[in-house]
Amino acid sequence: MRIEQESWLHERYELSLAQLCEMSGLSETELRGLVDCGAIAPADPGADEWSFSADRLLVARSAHRLRKDFDLDFQGLALAVTLLERVRDLEDQLRDLRARLPGGLR
Amino acid sequence: MKYKDYYAVMGVERNASPEQIKSAYRKLARKYHPDVSKEPNAEERFKEIGEAYETLKDPQKRAAYDRLGSHRPGEEFRPPPGWETQFGEGQFHFGDGQFSFEDLDLSDLFSGIMGGRRGAGGKIRMPGQDYEVTAHISLEEAYRGTEVDLDLQVPEHDERGFTHRVQRNFKARIPKGATDGQRLRLAGKGGKGLNGGRDGDLYLNIALRPHRLFRVSGHDLFLDLPLAPWEAVLGTTVEVPTLGGSVKLKVPAGTRAGQQLRLAGRGLPKPHSGEGDLFAIVQIAVPSAAGERERALYKELAGISTFNPRGHFGEEVVK
Repeated sequence: MRIEQESWLHERYELSLAQLCEMSGLSETELRGLVDCGAIAPADPGADEWSFSADRLLVARSAHRLRKDFDLDFQGLALAVTLLERVRDLEDQLRDLRARLPGGLR
Repeated sequence: MKYKDYYAVMGVERNASPEQIKSAYRKLARKYHPDVSKEPNAEERFKEIGEAYETLKDPQKRAAYDRLGSHRPGEEFRPPPGWETQFGEGQFHFGDGQFSFEDLDLSDLFSGIMGGRRGAGGKIRMPGQDYEVTAHISLEEAYRGTEVDLDLQVPEHDERGFTHRVQRNFKARIPKGATDGQRLRLAGKGGKGLNGGRDGDLYLNIALRPHRLFRVSGHDLFLDLPLAPWEAVLGTTVEVPTLGGSVKLKVPAGTRAGQQLRLAGRGLPKPHSGEGDLFAIVQIAVPSAAGERERALYKELAGISTFNPRGHFGEEVVK
């Protein structure tokens, strides 16, 4: 099977709320709840219709899996998603710092 | 069909209570869930655990599983006579040519037969499964763009709704712009949807192999640049490697160790436009053995130089 169409999950692409729900498996209520808790942020929270940068799809998919696999209640899910995002940010910072260290010091 | 010991996977006795099974699942899920685990085989282990739990948490499926008997993991086996009529809800006929167990996975047997075949006879739209796979590529491949060959074992449904594991080969193009940890979505290239449901997607998680010279952060690259002491003091022009070929870099006089010299646009290309930068990190390299003449010159330099590299220690060093 040859695959020709591909897209980076990158902040320059945007997804509508409906698209994000369809691709992640989250219901609209779940997604709106995650936005209310601050676990996922729309590109413009003040807009009439929310859109999300495409890299939020990774967070939404992760939230869907965690909810399903751990049977998490909503507050627990929002907390887990927020903490996982923080871990990812710290891992990015760690990777950046390691890359900047001269070879012998890493 | 190969036997899997679901009790061993969950680490519980065959007579474990539903509460014990649930508790074991929670413990193992916390350890191996791919979204939270750093274990190297987390994804594979979590699949095994999820599959075992799906069967053991359901009293009907567990009873059907127990009736298969106990075999060695990986051992070929067939369900005992009468098993399919007791648990298969008359949906297939074992041994009459209509159905074969041979290419069935044990999990497919339970998800297909005990849980109702996916979409069989119904009108419910079922989206296809998303596949997720890691593509390991070199830095050079990320720089130029590349194509990867992926072999995946994926579940597919036959016309009767039964699930079978099949080996599929995918060739996927990874365009320029990849970096470590980035995801590429290949729309509609996952599992087939049923009854008009959308096809699943294929997600490629890009993992860059370590490079001999360059380290990566986002789309920026970092390279150690060793300089001789006199090169750092006097300044020089050196040739440095980049992914697009070597370039000349001017090192200003008085360059210090640890300083980062930026080569704009010499990093990895970004997905839409532009490129990251390449940073050459200066290291002052000292020869391990100096000759007679060199030592004499260093001594002469030490005698005439007023440079004190530890001047900022101030008086604190003598307190």
